Amino acid sequence: MKRIIYEINESFRIAFAQIRANKMRSVLTALGVIIGIVAVTLMGTAISGIDRGFQNSLAMLGDDVLYVQKWPWGPVEDWWNYQNRPIIRPESAERLNQIIEDTPGSLLEIAAPVVARGASVKAGENQVNGVAVFGTTGNYARMMSAEFKEGRLFNEAEAASGRQVCVLGFDVAEALFATTSPIDQMVLIRGQPFMVIGVLAKQGSFLGLFSFDSQAIMPLNAYRKYFGVHANSAQLRVKVRDKNRMDEAKEELIGAMRRVRGQLPGERDSFSINQQQAFREQLDPIKQGIALAGLFITGLSLFVGAIGIMNITFVSVKERTKEIGTRKALGARRRTILLQFLIEAVSICLIGGAVGLSLTFGLCLLLQATMPSLPVVFSFSLVIVSMVVAVVTGVVSGFAPAWGASRLDPVDALRYE
Amino acid sequence: MIEIEGVTKLYKMGSETIHALLGVALKIHRNEYLAIMGPSGSGKSTLMNMLGCLDTPTAGRYEFNGKHVAAMSDDELAEIRNREIGFVFQTFNLLPRSTALSNVELPLIYAGFSAQDRRARAIEALENVGLGNRMTHKPNELSGGQRQRVAIARALVNRPSIILADEPTGNLDSRTGVEIMELFEQLYDQGNTIIVVTHEEDIARHARRIVRLRDGLIESDRPAD
Repeated sequence: MKRIIYEINESFRIAFAQIRANKMRSVLTALGVIIGIVAVTLMGTAISGIDRGFQNSLAMLGDDVLYVQKWPWGPVEDWWNYQNRPIIRPESAERLNQIIEDTPGSLLEIAAPVVARGASVKAGENQVNGVAVFGTTGNYARMMSAEFKEGRLFNEAEAASGRQVCVLGFDVAEALFATTSPIDQMVLIRGQPFMVIGVLAKQGSFLGLFSFDSQAIMPLNAYRKYFGVHANSAQLRVKVRDKNRMDEAKEELIGAMRRVRGQLPGERDSFSINQQQAFREQLDPIKQGIALAGLFITGLSLFVGAIGIMNITFVSVKERTKEIGTRKALGARRRTILLQFLIEAVSICLIGGAVGLSLTFGLCLLLQATMPSLPVVFSFSLVIVSMVVAVVTGVVSGFAPAWGASRLDPVDALRYE
Repeated sequence: MIEIEGVTKLYKMGSETIHALLGVALKIHRNEYLAIMGPSGSGKSTLMNMLGCLDTPTAGRYEFNGKHVAAMSDDELAEIRNREIGFVFQTFNLLPRSTALSNVELPLIYAGFSAQDRRARAIEALENVGLGNRMTHKPNELSGGQRQRVAIARALVNRPSIILADEPTGNLDSRTGVEIMELFEQLYDQGNTIIVVTHEEDIARHARRIVRLRDGLIESDRPAD
């Protein structure tokens, strides 16, 4: 046991002496590994970044909220069946809440209608275009996934009376009121004055498609006053009491909605119930596909690096055949020689891995600094994984030449010039 | 200590079979100083490889300190070479990037000595061959004679049963060669067993017993005059 430790120590010493003695060659060989490790680790950060982006985005939808909409989330083939569905009116939420209230032991808690359109928001000289303006009721407060940076949502009374108050998304508030607090300030939404009563905390974007921070929320009744034409088609958000019983809750909601819509038995639902889960089911295969393809492509570059290591180890064995013979004559066993060349290959890979990892780390910092919206995640587990990958690469690529070296006949090896 | 009997070695070179040794018998005792001589092709290198446990005979018996070598595995042979045999090569075969001290320590690593013991023993061995002041030098900073002394220190460091020297003066000028042979003389006086393989009569004359080979057979085996 002691002996093998001495042998390993000695092997590392030789390996590093060897690398020092053949600097150029070692650098070039390591370069292959460095490129491979950078590619693989960057891919890793990208994948975990995408994953985190997904999780964040899905969390914004709320994992205990069902969405009643005309269209389902995700692609449909028979679009004409959906096109002809009657719109979902905001008033349906009141009917739905009535039904929920009348159902003993209902799994549903509360419904709120949400209507939306884009508009510009202005305060003094500053203007933000393309803000998603939502109109909803006070019940919305009970299913919001966003937190408030300051202020609050309008209450039931304010909502009912259609008071001209609003809540701004983080980016909108930031753009309009850089230096002062927006609370109790007036903004013009589509030219109409609204008083800011709350600001949402920063949320980020949904899958990078649109930003949750560029929104404004106002009472439905105020919305109707000014955006009347767009106020008839809504989505209903329904909060569920127990998120572990989503499927049952969904069944109950379908039944309730059919009553609201006055649908006859046998008739197909004229609405879709959407939930976070549906998104997940659709996005997971895509995510896995990206991960698989990405890792395969970057794995190829690592493979090329591994071939470089194998090649240089073969050269090293060839060059040092006589040394192998000498070592064998002095009592080196097969294992000793095998270890020596394996450790040499692994050392180059480890050095390459460490350099590659630092490069990736630097690149991640750079990306975060220049493009903060990119979900780049450099995790500690990546360090472990890439070092393991480096060692495995070294062992796999160094094994064939090292095995050959360990099997050399000592007489032939000593005679080799 | 060494006893070989009816040792035969065949090599296959393509379709031809070469008989390098054709039934050789030899006994070597502790604290003998033996020279093996013969022209090239006589089988003396093969015999040396066999004695050094670098190779195993095709047929015949080889006993080393009572152990049967002919049937040993590669790793068992490595063990014997490590503990029982000290090699001295014509071309010194030092590791070029290691210091004299590290070179001498090498067999001790394979024997499983701790770093401390290795160092102490290697220093002792180097001092024994008169290189106490050259320990941190690398082979390319040493003269030919000094390199061969390092190699001899390396051969001695694990206190082997025999020292097996293959043309130890072949790469040295005659004056340095004489110095090396004096060193062997000294080691012999200290009680070591020495086998020198050479084709030079001058070198063989240092030994106490000369074995001459020709065409794979022992031609003569008698005390040196």
